[in-house]
Amino acid sequence: MDASSAQTKERLVVVGNGMVSLRFLERLTERAPGRFDVTVVGAEPVAAYNRVLLSSLLGGEVDEAACGFRGLDWYAEHGIRLITGAPVTTIDRENGLVVVGETHVLPFDRLVLAVGSLPIRLPLPGADLPGVVTFRDFADVAAIRAAAVEHARAIVIGGGLLGLEAAVGLARLGVDTTLLHVMDRVMERQLDHNAARLVKAAMEARGVKMLLSANTACIEGDGRVERLVLKDGTVLPADLVVMSVGIKPSTALAQECGLEIGRGIKVDDRMTTSDPNIFALGECAEHRGIAYGLVEPAYEQADVLSRHLIGEEAAYCGTSLATSLKVSGLPVFSAGVVDTPDGAEAVVLHDAAAGLYRKLTIEDGRLTGALFVGDISEQARCKELIRTGVALAAEDRDDLMFGTPAATPTKTSLAA
Amino acid sequence: MTVPVSDAIPPVVKTTCPYCGVGCGVLATPDGKGGASVAGDTEHPANFGRLCSKGSALGETLDLDDRLLHPMVDGARVSWESALGTVAGGLRRITERHGPDSIAFYLSGQLLTEDYYVANKLAKGFLGTPHVDTNSRLCMSSAVAAHRRAFGSDTVPGCYEDLDEADLLVLVGSNTAWCHPILFRRMADAKAKRGTRIVTIDPRRTQTGEEADLHLGLRPGTDTALFSGLLVHLATQGAVDRRYVAEHTAGFDAALERAQSIAPSIAATAAATGLPEADVLAFFELFTRTRRVVTCFSMGVNQSAQGTDKGNAIINCHLATGRIGQPGMGPFSLTGQPNAMGGREVGGLANMLAAHMHFAPEEVDRVRRFWDAPNIITGEGMKAVAMFEAIARGKIKALWVMGTNPLVSMPRADAIREAIAGLDLYVVSEVLSTTDTARATATKTVLLPAHAWGEKSGTVTNSERRISRQRSFLKAPGEARADWAIMSDVANRLGHGASFAYTSAAQIFREHAALSAFENEGSRDFDLGALADLSDRGYDAAPPVQWPLPKRSADPRKGRARLFADGRFYTFDARARFVAVQPPALALAPTAERPMILNTGRVRDHWHTMTRTGKSQRLSAHRAAPFLEIHPDDAARHRLTDGGFARVTTDHASAILEIAVTDGAQRGTMFAPMHWSDMTASNGRVVALVRGVPDPVSGQPELKATPASVEPVAYRSRGYLLTRSTMPAPAGWWWARATVQSGSGLIFATQDGSREVALALRGLFPGHEIAEYSDHARGLYRLAVYRDGRLTACLAVEAGERRPDWELAKKIFAAPEIEAVDRRSLLSGRAQTASAGPVICACHGVGLDVITASIAAGAGSVEKVGAACKAGTNCGSCIPEIRKLLPATLARDAA
Repeated sequence: MDASSAQTKERLVVVGNGMVSLRFLERLTERAPGRFDVTVVGAEPVAAYNRVLLSSLLGGEVDEAACGFRGLDWYAEHGIRLITGAPVTTIDRENGLVVVGETHVLPFDRLVLAVGSLPIRLPLPGADLPGVVTFRDFADVAAIRAAAVEHARAIVIGGGLLGLEAAVGLARLGVDTTLLHVMDRVMERQLDHNAARLVKAAMEARGVKMLLSANTACIEGDGRVERLVLKDGTVLPADLVVMSVGIKPSTALAQECGLEIGRGIKVDDRMTTSDPNIFALGECAEHRGIAYGLVEPAYEQADVLSRHLIGEEAAYCGTSLATSLKVSGLPVFSAGVVDTPDGAEAVVLHDAAAGLYRKLTIEDGRLTGALFVGDISEQARCKELIRTGVALAAEDRDDLMFGTPAATPTKTSLAA
Repeated sequence: MTVPVSDAIPPVVKTTCPYCGVGCGVLATPDGKGGASVAGDTEHPANFGRLCSKGSALGETLDLDDRLLHPMVDGARVSWESALGTVAGGLRRITERHGPDSIAFYLSGQLLTEDYYVANKLAKGFLGTPHVDTNSRLCMSSAVAAHRRAFGSDTVPGCYEDLDEADLLVLVGSNTAWCHPILFRRMADAKAKRGTRIVTIDPRRTQTGEEADLHLGLRPGTDTALFSGLLVHLATQGAVDRRYVAEHTAGFDAALERAQSIAPSIAATAAATGLPEADVLAFFELFTRTRRVVTCFSMGVNQSAQGTDKGNAIINCHLATGRIGQPGMGPFSLTGQPNAMGGREVGGLANMLAAHMHFAPEEVDRVRRFWDAPNIITGEGMKAVAMFEAIARGKIKALWVMGTNPLVSMPRADAIREAIAGLDLYVVSEVLSTTDTARATATKTVLLPAHAWGEKSGTVTNSERRISRQRSFLKAPGEARADWAIMSDVANRLGHGASFAYTSAAQIFREHAALSAFENEGSRDFDLGALADLSDRGYDAAPPVQWPLPKRSADPRKGRARLFADGRFYTFDARARFVAVQPPALALAPTAERPMILNTGRVRDHWHTMTRTGKSQRLSAHRAAPFLEIHPDDAARHRLTDGGFARVTTDHASAILEIAVTDGAQRGTMFAPMHWSDMTASNGRVVALVRGVPDPVSGQPELKATPASVEPVAYRSRGYLLTRSTMPAPAGWWWARATVQSGSGLIFATQDGSREVALALRGLFPGHEIAEYSDHARGLYRLAVYRDGRLTACLAVEAGERRPDWELAKKIFAAPEIEAVDRRSLLSGRAQTASAGPVICACHGVGLDVITASIAAGAGSVEKVGAACKAGTNCGSCIPEIRKLLPATLARDAA
């Protein structure tokens, strides 16, 4: 790249090199190759990888390489300067500078914050003992794997998706794994009791002991975690405690430089923060009051921002609250209302032994919730119907529950 | 020296089908485990190896479910000794107190001749009661009466070969394609081979009518007008065989005069019958110019308050043209039961004494002497309808029912159930403990376990006078015994042991044959003299043979195919009689309150009250629930929709039936099958609705025309439940039960919503794995119940007019193991793969969708459909339905 063209280009700095950051870079370089002088700074020592595969990595099903998305050559080919293992320390908005510790000072014309989130650590007595870890990145996986020796006993606190995945990964390593969850069902924000029971059964089938309504009182040990005590007095021996009780948006950098902050970094429909030259994406961002913790809205945001930056009309209007995921190979989809409200209709298919559960929640003839376990087909249509709120046609219920029937010869001939 | 017998090759036993009067030969191969496989006997002259759907499924009906295995008195199991003592003691006491004619026997066309003979002898010669009647009264007694009026004897003049050799077959009141399928195959063969024309005469356009060259859908009860018109036409066209009439008949002029007053012209005939003049003319001309005509008549003629006149109106036309007793011609009564004819031969009806002898003093004396009977009766007893009325009046104190189910098959059966309760002694010789009749009770109720088909051994006579052996090939279960043995023991207890010292069916048959020949000398048509000395071995090996077989027969193995070829009849002057018939009129005309005419009859795959066919899943697939056929115009008038429910009400009872709207039904008439009972449906006992006005001559009740009203019935939910074993429906639900493969199917309708149904039925399966689908807002609920991974039950409930289709669920239920996609389908009600559709071909279990797919794939004829998917290649009784599926042009070409 010659100096003159470099000078004419806007300098775009992206802080964070997680999944959203990469998706943004991909979209941007697809749409406008070479348009920006791009620098990406990641705190982790490696380039963006697939965080969704962490539990597989933990379980030894994949290695770190298999988690990667793009090799370093990809960044180079697209003229992207990638700086890894370098946490950004300061943003100097006045001068348009990003300071990375003592190694780099990066001037920017536009700045994208994709700094993600931090795992929450419960403020429990003993939570700082060695052997108490979170489950968020390669480093956590490495720590867990180091502790997961033969005959080790592990406790995972948190019955959300990540906790479930961590527990399955541990169980797969042959570790005696118990999962504690404070609520009476796992994934209570996405699953109703029936669905949660299926997920629980699937976990148990994979060797994880499940303790629900379990309140942790403290973690104990002499210089290292040895046991966990529940509020009801139950003592659970443990060599490893994995806390997976949620995330909070990383807002420290933004806050320090005076950007407007709520739960996350506040952005508008063009992912623009309170500073028109600074944008935020993904788990660190708060859009219309919502800080998303899932990859799908983040990808939508990345797409919108890439278009916005090259001058296209683009707006992000939020993603309907939908979860589509695999709990250790068991497909789960949840969108909209979870527990059937009074006065709503529920359409339910439930075959527990077959690991199958599908529920539609319908209010005033409109789909307001869909919850699928075991088979998540028709999820896209459900999401669309929930988002648009259009009235359901008579055959919609059956089609959403059982799939659109394959075209029959009669139908074909009618069409012809 | 002993010859080692190999167990490896199962013995094949030649026997005879226990269903209709065609009397097909059956080869039964017992499996050694209480079952048997069944095939047609290629050597039997009735069927030459063919079997219909019902006969083919006989192997599925041999289980012991619901079998009565031990004698019971008032609901408690007792020894034979005790049961027989109760019966004999009761009969003696009642005789002493009320006289012998307070005892009645109600027998069955399913009894073997030997059983029938012993019952008749015991009642009429020894107990001294004339009240011996039989369900044949409901079946063909009008044909008997018509025969006797015309011929002086109850003689079927022709034989099945006449069907092969006719050029015109007239089927009157006969859905031959469904009710005598093997004969219909012979007719179809004749049509193919020699171009035989088929004319059907029936208010309903049945499957038989669909196959006919000409269908005359006349108004109910106007058959005599049509045949009177035909007689007039034959006379005016100079088609009367004047010489035959003059030499061999009497009464022609009076009959013709009467015919002229009823139907003097084509136009008058058309007006009287409601037929187009062109159709009347076409039929008359066909009949007039075709010498080889066989007129077959069946229940549509017989089950009428004017049934005897209908039969004679038909016979009149054959006598007028001399078309009788010759190859390919004659009137032909097709009987509905396997041994209705045998019952007639022994005289097991109230208006006969024995062996085609009646109540002339010399006949009574002759029978008395032959039997050495102490209490010979001297006159007719009460026929079925009158007999049950006498029970209600308290005139009859003891009733012994054998092998029949009058609480389902008799008109006004609800009143009969009440009447039975008032009996001092009620004896039922039965195979099943659960029939409506076996479950009725009186002051003293005795159930006696009898041999079933496959266990009993004896003879039956089919519609062409052919006597065939029913042989046993299964060990009788429990304490079941032969009917003749039971009755002989009772006779012995009453002091008549010497006259009933029977040790084998062969011995009884010889006595029966000897009586038929006793002082006969050609004076009676029925003569088995050549068989009176048949050895036990000869009896065991007896091939099917037609009577008469007098002692001096040239070849006693060969009877006579036809009678009356010589123009000599069994009247005193040897002349046949024309009968001047009464003008046609229904016994009960529709009224403003009961504007419709209710017709009853049969379906293709069930027989009588379903106690045997109901055990077969194949046979239960064709029609699974009781239904009502009605014309679209009437359906609209009465706000009935196809697939919905109708309540049919008469002055006697009401039934709730699924509606089948069809233009095969005549306007103003409705048809409902007679098969369903309290065993198989909640509201389906159709004959209970029937008034049953008896024919004044034959005593046969009118079952085909009862004034009725009809109205829609709405249920909130409809559904089905498949279970491995029979499960009762919750009280208050409408239901029908049908055997399905590997289980039992309950079709139901209820005023409960899906939520209540779910609650009621879920609880039936504690400790099972439950999979369910619910959309209660739409009234939808489906449930599948598993135990150890095996499907044990499945349920579907829907709101609305139609019952949910269960073909897919039945298919999944029948499979030994359940696939994941099927598990899903049970809940979704959607096939992952194409279902076969409702069963058309019961023999091969081929569904509608499979057949239509074959046709769509190019199978343009019935034969090609058969080659493609096997449908219609066994019994052929579904061929009319297959033909209807063929595109109209193809069907016409094929016809």
